[in-house]
Amino acid sequence: MALLQISEPGMSAAPHQHRLAVGIDLGTTNSLVATVRSGLSSVLPDEHGHTLLPSVVHYAADHMIEVGFDAQKKQNLDPHNTIVSAKRFMGRGLKDIDASELPYKFIEATGAPQTTMLQIETRAGVKSPVEISAEILKVLKARAETALGGELVGAVITVPAYFDDAQRQATKDAARLAGLNVLRLLNEPTAAAVAYGLDNASEGTYVIYDLGGGTFDISILKLTKGVFEVLATNGDSALGGDDFDQRIFCWILETAKLSPRNAKDTRLLLTKAREAKEWLTEHAEANISCMLSDGEFVDLTLSTNEFIALTCNLVQKTLSPIRKAMRDASLTIEDINGIVMVGGATRMPQIRKTVAEYFKQAPLTNLDPDKVVALGAAIQANILAGNKSDADLLLLDVIPLSLGLETFGGLAEKVIHRNSTLPVARAQEFTTYKDGQTAMSIHVVQGERELVSDCRSLARFELRGIPPMVAGAARIRVTFTVDADGLLSVSARETTSNIEANITVKPSYGLSEDEITNMLKASFNSAEADKKARMLTEARVDAGAIIEAVTAALTADAALISLKEKQAIEAEMQRLQAIASADNADAINQAVEALNHATEAFAAARMDASVKRALSGKELNSLDL
Amino acid sequence: MAITLTETAANRVEKFLANRGKGIGLRLGVKTTGCSGMAYTLEFVDDLNDEDTSFESHGVKIIVDPKSLVYIDGTELDFTKEGLNEGFKFNNPNVKDECGCGESFTV
Repeated sequence: MALLQISEPGMSAAPHQHRLAVGIDLGTTNSLVATVRSGLSSVLPDEHGHTLLPSVVHYAADHMIEVGFDAQKKQNLDPHNTIVSAKRFMGRGLKDIDASELPYKFIEATGAPQTTMLQIETRAGVKSPVEISAEILKVLKARAETALGGELVGAVITVPAYFDDAQRQATKDAARLAGLNVLRLLNEPTAAAVAYGLDNASEGTYVIYDLGGGTFDISILKLTKGVFEVLATNGDSALGGDDFDQRIFCWILETAKLSPRNAKDTRLLLTKAREAKEWLTEHAEANISCMLSDGEFVDLTLSTNEFIALTCNLVQKTLSPIRKAMRDASLTIEDINGIVMVGGATRMPQIRKTVAEYFKQAPLTNLDPDKVVALGAAIQANILAGNKSDADLLLLDVIPLSLGLETFGGLAEKVIHRNSTLPVARAQEFTTYKDGQTAMSIHVVQGERELVSDCRSLARFELRGIPPMVAGAARIRVTFTVDADGLLSVSARETTSNIEANITVKPSYGLSEDEITNMLKASFNSAEADKKARMLTEARVDAGAIIEAVTAALTADAALISLKEKQAIEAEMQRLQAIASADNADAINQAVEALNHATEAFAAARMDASVKRALSGKELNSLDL
Repeated sequence: MAITLTETAANRVEKFLANRGKGIGLRLGVKTTGCSGMAYTLEFVDDLNDEDTSFESHGVKIIVDPKSLVYIDGTELDFTKEGLNEGFKFNNPNVKDECGCGESFTV
């Protein structure tokens, strides 16, 4: 008999139509899957009761693929075919990583520059990080489907806030490969904030302190009207709970006066070190005793105070990224409404104490720090799957940099501004610049600067087949759409003829967080210069347009004016042409004004002539007056 | 007759209600869809309707609408674990037949 869960009022699903959705924390060291049942988010364990799945994949000799604890055991026996921390390689090329310390046979993939994600040669063939991550996701998917007794409609998968589009796309691809429908990619710090229900507050600024097994991430989030904006991220990709184990391990070697050990003893002592670290979270001292392979017996006692002294510089090391992030976000301690602790290593009392002292307030710790990201992802998945009423729906992500296109003269026209919430669609109308123009080249750019040359080029495409019209008569509607995962598509349509062209682009493909930050800084620093450049370019475009129009008019209707008038107009035109090449926007505008003035009589004469042409040979009563 | 909860079920419901932060009780009901006639529904309750009948079991308020009551009167709601799955189970004395999966039934 099927087991039922409690639904929200009025949201009971019809039989066999439960919308089962899960949240997945695809971690560097461990991965988890969680779901919401009867309104409560909980992590799903495997049949042995383990909630964590080590993010390790082993390609065994018998074509079997092992994932998790079984694979972890093979790490030392079969290092070439046991891939750990594949997340570090997601969406990366060989040049992005330091391969010298790793036991894998890396292969640089061939293809367009944007698709050259590195690959690893294993016994089972060449594997990309996407395929390896997919194996982990497959195991979590199977676990969830067994536990929930049905097929999943979708999953929310978390990614670090600093993941760029290449890394996000790779994560999405891995999910698709595992047969998972991705409802949304969610930033890990945002998920942690959601798990603590911080999204229920109206607004606030929160720090997420995430000390995992091997990485440290700090994120500052700002919540306004249900939208989490990432103000700053920082961290240390080589600092984690494992470093604390290493310190205890060194202390054991030193205190017990042991010579360097073989691999087996090292592993044993590291395990003992980790157990001691975990024990000290709730006890004043830990006993470390074990028998080494050469029969030597180790029996030591480590006190909390000694442990704190051993690791105090590691704890201090986490403060420097915090300071940097606070500075980047231009925040002071008083601006912070709460601190969320994520990652098993944040259980250590000295870390909680240091963080509390720095921020002058106690961090939030009542949820399991190993599970908090997955729990938040599950809550979001439950909403996105439609199991809660719409009032609870919240949009969570924003565009990091503005998206726009190139307009005449190399100016960037922003269509979607930075920090717009996703998903978003904006349309803007453009027109043709020349008479009879039948095609328009659309250049999609990303960045905050006024000139296209200072922004990042994302894509180019052409709208062809515009019917010939006078300049400015065509109506070209360009629509920018960014879906919930940050993928951009641009379409252009000439509205009188319905000619259409479109393109899908991946914004910020390969843009690192540093590049984004630099692009932002440059736009602030050069705001004044950019404005001048924009005004100058606009003045030049105006000048070009009027010269073109007057030249065309003179060619057609020079007979209407005297030679003297014609010469006066030509003189003003030459003056404008000369000034337009100089860098003074005001002078150009004045010269445009002067040319306008000089052509007034000519324009009036042309108007007269064309009215006469229109009326000649027609009866008065045939005119539609 | 009445609707009752087992103690395990009552503890669970209390926990879920506390976690949800609002709600006055648990609504049991049936609706006429499903592969075998009727299907159970189980929802949190925020507002009572005039025609609702209330029961209390192990300190938890159970709310049933009159149309549903005739099909499920006498039911005991239990909370069980089956392998990795866990959830609520209706022990309904009115049931004559149910579909293979037990999500729907006939009386």
